[in-house]
Amino acid sequence: MNHITSPAVELRGLVKSFGAVRAVDGLDLVVQPGEVVAFLGPNGAGKTTTIDMLLGLARPDQGTVRVLGTSPDEAIADGRIAAVLQTGGLLRDLTVRETAELVASFVEHPRPVAEVLARAGLNGIENRVVGMCSGGEQQRLRFALALLPAPDVLLLDEPTTGMDVSGRREFWNAIRADAAGGRTVVFATHYLEEADAYADRIVLVSRGRVVADGTAAHIRGIASGRVVSAVFDGRAPSGVELAALPGVELVERRGERVLLHTHASDVLGRIIFGTTGARDVEITSLGLEEAFLTLTSAGAAGDETMRSTR
Amino acid sequence: MSISAPTLTATRPAAGTRPGARLIQPVYLRTELRRLLRNRRSVIISLIMPPGLFLLFGTASAYRAQSAGHGNVTAYIMISMALYGTLLATTSGGASVSVERAQGWSRQLRLTSLRPAVYVVTKVIVAMVFGLASMAVTVLVGWWSGAQLGVLRLVACVLIAWVGSSVFAAFGLFMGYLLPSENVMQILGPALAVLAFAGGLFMPLDGGVFATVAHFMPTYGLAELTRGPLVGSAPSVWAYVNVVVWGVVFAAGAAWRFRRDTARV
Repeated sequence: MNHITSPAVELRGLVKSFGAVRAVDGLDLVVQPGEVVAFLGPNGAGKTTTIDMLLGLARPDQGTVRVLGTSPDEAIADGRIAAVLQTGGLLRDLTVRETAELVASFVEHPRPVAEVLARAGLNGIENRVVGMCSGGEQQRLRFALALLPAPDVLLLDEPTTGMDVSGRREFWNAIRADAAGGRTVVFATHYLEEADAYADRIVLVSRGRVVADGTAAHIRGIASGRVVSAVFDGRAPSGVELAALPGVELVERRGERVLLHTHASDVLGRIIFGTTGARDVEITSLGLEEAFLTLTSAGAAGDETMRSTR
Repeated sequence: MSISAPTLTATRPAAGTRPGARLIQPVYLRTELRRLLRNRRSVIISLIMPPGLFLLFGTASAYRAQSAGHGNVTAYIMISMALYGTLLATTSGGASVSVERAQGWSRQLRLTSLRPAVYVVTKVIVAMVFGLASMAVTVLVGWWSGAQLGVLRLVACVLIAWVGSSVFAAFGLFMGYLLPSENVMQILGPALAVLAFAGGLFMPLDGGVFATVAHFMPTYGLAELTRGPLVGSAPSVWAYVNVVVWGVVFAAGAAWRFRRDTARV
């Protein structure tokens, strides 16, 4: 089939504003078929708005959205993309099975209801009324509904919010078991560990833009490093010059202070002290959370961030 | 990829043949009816209260003996209560879109091939079926309780009330889309009772200011038309005008809010 050659998801220059707020601000993202991608960012980063546009629930102000080489509407109607939304979306007075049977009736060639319910780990509670199901069970039901059309692309918007640790693990096990067949999965999350544990690739978003994009190992690498920061008086080195220093992985400016992300802080520190007029030098280690915060807040003050792309 | 698009289109079903594009959705209709019957509130309001009110107010022996047009007063009250019941049933059927929007169900449906218009059609069909069921209960109870009216005239009354209550299915839809409330019937239930009183559904209008105001109520025209076959005199032209005007207002309002609701922001 030709569509194998189309990217699963292709977002170009996506912009979406709500009043004065730019929720999504020039976002580009290409996801290839079969990738499992975490869309990682703090609340308000524009994740849900991006997902809404991917599903055709919202229309971008600028930019284009393509799903499997077609429009989101077409992809939805053909059951080639499906989504697990954050909350709601279920009728509380229907049973688990009735809900699945109803949604299956809107699908051209649905997978058998019993099979999907089993996949989602809902055996034994098929006849339970949705309103009596726990948050985790309701979320697994949403997942089961998303599986009915056997979609090529599955979107999950903060799928485990509000679940406890075991509920989260069960949910991801169900997703994993089903994704083995090469399904593309894109999930939004603000849990770093979740992105780390379940994604092949992490796309970090902040203020409606992609601020880092790489394998989980790459992002972890950034996270495990240190930051050498200093203030330069007089002629400050340019971003390019700083990026060329040994061991520098990312250059960030915050006001007059320059932050250099590195895994070789000792070497870099000597160079900074020895060869530049830097003052107020600080060397700090960067935990996972700090790395996340650094990367996602980099755009906040309108500072310039330079980095090598993956 | 642009090259692949034509090939894809050829292998896909045409838009009109997708399951969600079919106007009549048997599984959805069945599920919705089951939901209504499972909902204690809707059963009480639409299936138990109208015949209950009839038994309370319509079965005095004086009413049975007193004639009203081609039937007796008991039949007159039975018809009025049956109409009230179907108005409640169709309004609440239409208004159920409110709860479903609040629960995010409409958003979930938009992730399927189900067309928004088909969703509304399903809601209206279910509301109308429930309206008919409501009238059937009241009429059966009335039949057993001494209402006297020729079968043909009774059927005519019921059919007019039923067709006319589609105006109130539109009213329910309109309000369901308009009001953000989780339980819109808590507003619409009392509102309908007021409209029923003001429109002369519960007691005949005896002239005066009330009667003048009543002519503008959305319940007035329908009540006049519905009782036509019973009282035997042709309804005034204003009754027709009333039903048509309110029907257009509610349908236009529902369509307007529906478009807004499904428009993508």
